Amino acid sequence: MSALLKLSGVQTYIGRYHILQGVDFDVPEGQTTMLLGRNGAGKTTTLRTIMGLWQARTGSISLAGEAIEELATPDIAQRGVGYVPESMAVFSDLTVKENLVLAARNGPLDEAQLAWIFGFFPALKKFWLSRAGSLSGGQKQMLSIARAIVEPRKLLLIDEPTKGLAPAIVMSLIECLKEIKRRGVTILLVEQNFHAARELGDQVLVMDNGTIVHRGEMAALAADVPLQERLLGLSLEAHQ
Amino acid sequence: MSDIAATDPLPKPKRDLAPLLLPVLLALLMLPLVGSASSWVTLTVASLAMGMMIFIMASGLTLVFGLMDVLNFGHGAFIAVGAYVATLVLLPLASWAQADSLLANLAVLVPAALLSMGVTAALGLVVERVLVLPVYGQHLKQILMTTGGLIVAEQTLYALFGPQIIPLPVPAALRGSFIIGDIAIAKYRLLAMLIGFAIFVAIELVLNRTKIGLLIRAGVENREMVEALGYRIRRLFLGVFMTGSALAGLGGVMWGLYREQVHASIGDELTVLVFIVVIIGGLGSITGCFIGAILVAMVANYGGFLVPKLALVSNILLMVAVLMWRPRGLYAVTSR
Repeated sequence: MSALLKLSGVQTYIGRYHILQGVDFDVPEGQTTMLLGRNGAGKTTTLRTIMGLWQARTGSISLAGEAIEELATPDIAQRGVGYVPESMAVFSDLTVKENLVLAARNGPLDEAQLAWIFGFFPALKKFWLSRAGSLSGGQKQMLSIARAIVEPRKLLLIDEPTKGLAPAIVMSLIECLKEIKRRGVTILLVEQNFHAARELGDQVLVMDNGTIVHRGEMAALAADVPLQERLLGLSLEAHQ
Repeated sequence: MSDIAATDPLPKPKRDLAPLLLPVLLALLMLPLVGSASSWVTLTVASLAMGMMIFIMASGLTLVFGLMDVLNFGHGAFIAVGAYVATLVLLPLASWAQADSLLANLAVLVPAALLSMGVTAALGLVVERVLVLPVYGQHLKQILMTTGGLIVAEQTLYALFGPQIIPLPVPAALRGSFIIGDIAIAKYRLLAMLIGFAIFVAIELVLNRTKIGLLIRAGVENREMVEALGYRIRRLFLGVFMTGSALAGLGGVMWGLYREQVHASIGDELTVLVFIVVIIGGLGSITGCFIGAILVAMVANYGGFLVPKLALVSNILLMVAVLMWRPRGLYAVTSR
């Protein structure tokens, strides 16, 4: 499987802090790659650097063979990269409809795509004309993901989508992400919920101190308890 | 699309009406204190007219402030330049401006206002590219650069037009008042109210009914996410900056005619007032700016009538009171 996204020797500084210290990995096309690691390992910084929100000081990032490390964020988004930040970042002063209208950059909202989204997230249909700021945390997360998939994307960068959500909502999010995956979208997913990671991941990357310390298949990591304990400090089974 | 929206039961959005009621309550509260109904009407109309003019000047600044977190202390320069540019049309064509025909008056007033807006929009383009662009995200440098810009603009006006105050009489057809019983409503104030309200409605329509408006509202709240959706917010910001500069220029023309004089420090004087309005209203909020401008004008007019000595500090007291009630302004749009 060819790599849709390729990072090579990426180093990112935030102010005087050296966060990414030479990150190298490939994200295979059409697969879901999990990015795991303890808090502060550099996972969010990696996604933000790919998105151009923080500039890599050295190293290269390529999307479908094209170098994107020098591009501005809007240019990267226009190449088919969707981003769901950890904070969800819905526009709370805008309605659900307005949030999605804005996300549909290339024209009016597509009815079929919208019906597909409403299939997973009926709450968005119910609160269509409500201000996004009045939604619950789970509904905001649904809106944030819906915004990223309201138009076809090549690559989705999703940062901890299940964080702080009720188990029932986590299950529907996992189902939604599985369906997105079935549609052939490549996903790079930062996740702390190991159940979700095991359900969704094809490949796994583990970060520590701003570098990738493990790469392989998710199923292999899920089956290897000593490796989990060595890399993550706990086993997936213990975390269930 | 419309089917989806129309067939669903929707929760009623909560509307925050308290700030909207403030000017009404303040006006009603002042009625017994002022005593005479005719004086109260005169003061209220003067407040609304002054408020509308301040709103026109401040509306662009609040969007610039909210959208890109840019502290433009040079906003007053656009006000002054706008007023001076109007004199270039209105004074040479004084015979038209002072003719008894409303049509002849408007034939010079409208081009004067449009020219002022055009010049200040172009000046806004230069200021954004030369002074603001290099200091994005650096508040202290923004203050230094834009304050420096204001001083340069002010001194340039002195050099070009001289230090004297330039009289700018109101066109003849807009002089005088409409008399209803024992109440007199000045024609020019009425016009200022109508223009200010029309601009408020126009801005609200653009912000709420167009995609550009959606982008501005979204950008005020989270510009990074707007960029992550693929929009170039810098270009949008430049457009907002130029529009805000043009509105400040229009405000300058209206203020110059209201005071019937123009001088180079007109922008300097109004900068503080405009910033108070933006802070009271909440950064980035047009509705807040609208109410804030009316409140500032009401406090200045009623305060000046009832306790003249208080007029010197009335706006600061108003700002302190509002911020104690709502620390992020009447309508908090941004988290800043």
